[in-house]
Amino acid sequence: MARVVVDVVLKPEILDPQGQAIVGALGRLGIHGVADVRQGKHFELDVDDSVDDQTVVKLADTLLANPVIENFTIRRD
Amino acid sequence: MTFPGSLDDRDAARAIRIAGGEAVPLWHADPSLHDVDGVVLPGGFSYGDYLRCGAIARFAPVMQSVIAGARDGLPVLGICNGFQVLCESHLLPGALIRNDNRKFVCREQLLRIENNRTRWTSDYDEAQEVIIPIKNGEGGFVADDRTIDELEAEGRVVARYLEGNPNGSYRAIAGICNAEGNVVGLMPHPEHAVEQLTGPSVDGLPFFLSLIGVTA
Repeated sequence: MARVVVDVVLKPEILDPQGQAIVGALGRLGIHGVADVRQGKHFELDVDDSVDDQTVVKLADTLLANPVIENFTIRRD
Repeated sequence: MTFPGSLDDRDAARAIRIAGGEAVPLWHADPSLHDVDGVVLPGGFSYGDYLRCGAIARFAPVMQSVIAGARDGLPVLGICNGFQVLCESHLLPGALIRNDNRKFVCREQLLRIENNRTRWTSDYDEAQEVIIPIKNGEGGFVADDRTIDELEAEGRVVARYLEGNPNGSYRAIAGICNAEGNVVGLMPHPEHAVEQLTGPSVDGLPFFLSLIGVTA
């Protein structure tokens, strides 16, 4: 079994209200040097040999991410 | 249609009955649409909104039939979570994201019905202003400029928020339709405005009246 990591983030032009909430909370922690936060998702997949790179791209593009509003990166560990 | 986590399926069925139609319960795991003349994908939190709202419902067994039927002209109305499912299914363009104000908004909303030529809005006057409840946390409609301009130019904006944008939807868009006009996605809840006792108005009833008595 191999491990594949897919990270999904909102496209830069899409508003991220959760990220804004986090910036506000950081301020209340007394940390003021953080200009912006974007919150994304991190998926770890345990896959067998039948799941090639093309398949991972397909499942990332179809299910894990919504390509209308999100970008993703794939990494094989 | 009932998915695991659907909330407003029964109210939608009730609205259909109040409009004089026969409400046929559809089940996410049953691929058959049982010869219905139209499908309502209701509001709620299908699959707990896991991953993204509507992202998992899109792959329910029944959705293959809904998608095929929609492509063939079957009227499909997606309300709130149903709108999210339609966008995830690519039956409608764009996507719904978290409300810009980070609040779950639950209130009566003034809307303008801008397209009364869809299968679900033919019972409205063009530019009719209506009061229909909204309740959403991820109701912000977004799409790239090209898509939005196309929707506007083709008259595919079905409803627009008036007197305040409750969730940051681009151009205050509350609902859209596909090019053929049989698939409509709407963030507000017309099924909650179908009788005086239980709603702010009966302004939601024409969504269901538009289809009653019409065969597929």
